[in-house]
Amino acid sequence: MSLLETLPYGQETYEDAKPRMGFFTDTSVCIGCKACEVACKEWNLIPEDGQVWTGESYDNTSELNANTWRHVTFVEQQKPLLLRDGDTATIDAEPLRWLMESDVCKHCTHAGCLDVCPTGSLFRTEFGTVVVQEDICNGCGYCVPACPFGVLDKRHLPRKPDDTPLKLPLLGKKEDGRVWKCTLCYDRLKGGHEPACAKACPTNSIQFGELDELRERADKRLAKLQAERWNGPRLYGRDENDGVGGFGAFFLLLDEPEVYGLPPEPVVPTKHLPRLWASTALASAAVFVGVAIAFVGGRE
Amino acid sequence: MTDRTPLEEQKGRENGRPAGTTSWKGSVTELGTRMDSYYGRPIVKEPVWQPEIPFYFWTGGIAGGSSVLHGLARLTGNHPLAKSALYIGAVADVASPLLLISDLGRPERFLHMFRVFKVTSPMSVGSWILLVSGGASNTAAALELLGILKPLKWAAEFASFVSGPPLATYTGALVANTSIPVWSEARDELPWLFGASAAATAGAAALITTPLEAAGPARRAAVGGSLAALGLTGYMEKKLGVVGEVYKQGDAGRYGKIAKAATVAGAALIATRGKKSRAAAAIGGALVLGGELALRWSVFRAGFQSAADPKYTVITQKERSR
Repeated sequence: MSLLETLPYGQETYEDAKPRMGFFTDTSVCIGCKACEVACKEWNLIPEDGQVWTGESYDNTSELNANTWRHVTFVEQQKPLLLRDGDTATIDAEPLRWLMESDVCKHCTHAGCLDVCPTGSLFRTEFGTVVVQEDICNGCGYCVPACPFGVLDKRHLPRKPDDTPLKLPLLGKKEDGRVWKCTLCYDRLKGGHEPACAKACPTNSIQFGELDELRERADKRLAKLQAERWNGPRLYGRDENDGVGGFGAFFLLLDEPEVYGLPPEPVVPTKHLPRLWASTALASAAVFVGVAIAFVGGRE
Repeated sequence: MTDRTPLEEQKGRENGRPAGTTSWKGSVTELGTRMDSYYGRPIVKEPVWQPEIPFYFWTGGIAGGSSVLHGLARLTGNHPLAKSALYIGAVADVASPLLLISDLGRPERFLHMFRVFKVTSPMSVGSWILLVSGGASNTAAALELLGILKPLKWAAEFASFVSGPPLATYTGALVANTSIPVWSEARDELPWLFGASAAATAGAAALITTPLEAAGPARRAAVGGSLAALGLTGYMEKKLGVVGEVYKQGDAGRYGKIAKAATVAGAALIATRGKKSRAAAAIGGALVLGGELALRWSVFRAGFQSAADPKYTVITQKERSR
């Protein structure tokens, strides 16, 4: 972690830095209404991303990508919602719970996308969030596989061959070609408003605020659910010592992260970079030495 | 008790997959890691890179390796080989940026690569390396062709020489510095593998264009680089464990087989007949070049395959914390 410890996290370089803002998404009260998905699309003018019936519960959005910055997951489980009788789950006659979670960019403390962006298009805002500057991004695509959560994606227009192409000023190109992701409504934050998804959420499952305060609130909520003997509540991305230094947008989940399509223990790729650079330097030296050895034995 | 819901029962599906195929719920992997997934959907995104990228890994390797071959040939007074490697490197250094620019979503913004220099981004570092190395090798080649400005040519040759090895290896660091399991977990091997492959291809290319009496170093670089690349591929696949299985499947497996067969055949031909016969050396060189191109494609496709299946992400992360 030596490199990460010496690297500026970014936000403190602003003279007018604001408190770090984020989301606490409490999935225990999510009702799967998808108002967040709609509000996000409306506010951020995100193009339509296909009408597909997946047959995967009520989820026809499937994933976060360039054209989906909030994604509600639906998990149907034959597990009891509440625990009874000691520490093990008793089997109800027909145990069934329906988990819903509104997924979003995590705005990591150590953001892989930001680290690898070669143009400086991805940057840390004064609110501590991570945003793509669309006038800078040249669509190199490095952030896409760098993100441990599969959040970023290149925007393809049209998305499928039979889609009607969207009319956008694309410098004559048929494709947008840039990467897009949640900005935590940077424009709204600048104007002193909360992000569109949090504003639209009818159950306060999506809570927006100062990250420190959200963390306190989440700890209390977790304690309450545990006292009420809910089955499997846990905070995901709350821990500042995890592989990405904690999330700016963290979650209260009711099962393992991978059940929701989230990585169980995400690590920012750059964590390994000091060693990787050292290895690359050694390999470079080896190429030099190896080819030099080929010169032993003369010209023929 | 089954984990299937009535709806899934009715549709004959299990967690979004046809029942009886791959069952994620409660499945026990080779590692004994209990594994759930969200309808079998990927956790990390597949790269959006197009075929330009594996071709660039190959041309960049040829360019980087040729710079070293050229510099050492010049130093040892082997001028026919030096000339060969210089021109090959220059051609590869012209092709490389064109391939990279063509892959961009916004090609007209390629100069944005030089807005910043970021040590946290192998692509940023690599863009600068390619700028220096490509500029130097093309300057040197142009001056050699025109036969003018000797001191500037020497300076350019030196710049190309020292930036060659990093150009050959940084691409390994580039793919390893991602969240793609099969690349990230091979971070100790990929720069070495790409470096070995670069040396092999540089030697192989020079074999085609260099007269026999000057081609000794190229021949040994081609054979030695091929053997090193073969060994490192085997070592990497073994060390990767469960994730390494993608190298036996699909496109990655097919390209891997081609890479092995062509490289072995080419290296054997060069080693046995390359000293006597110009034709054998050239054919062997072409086989090694083809084999190493297939190797880059194998690594490239393996990344996509390991991203497409969430089990690789979950297994590597759970194993790491055990």
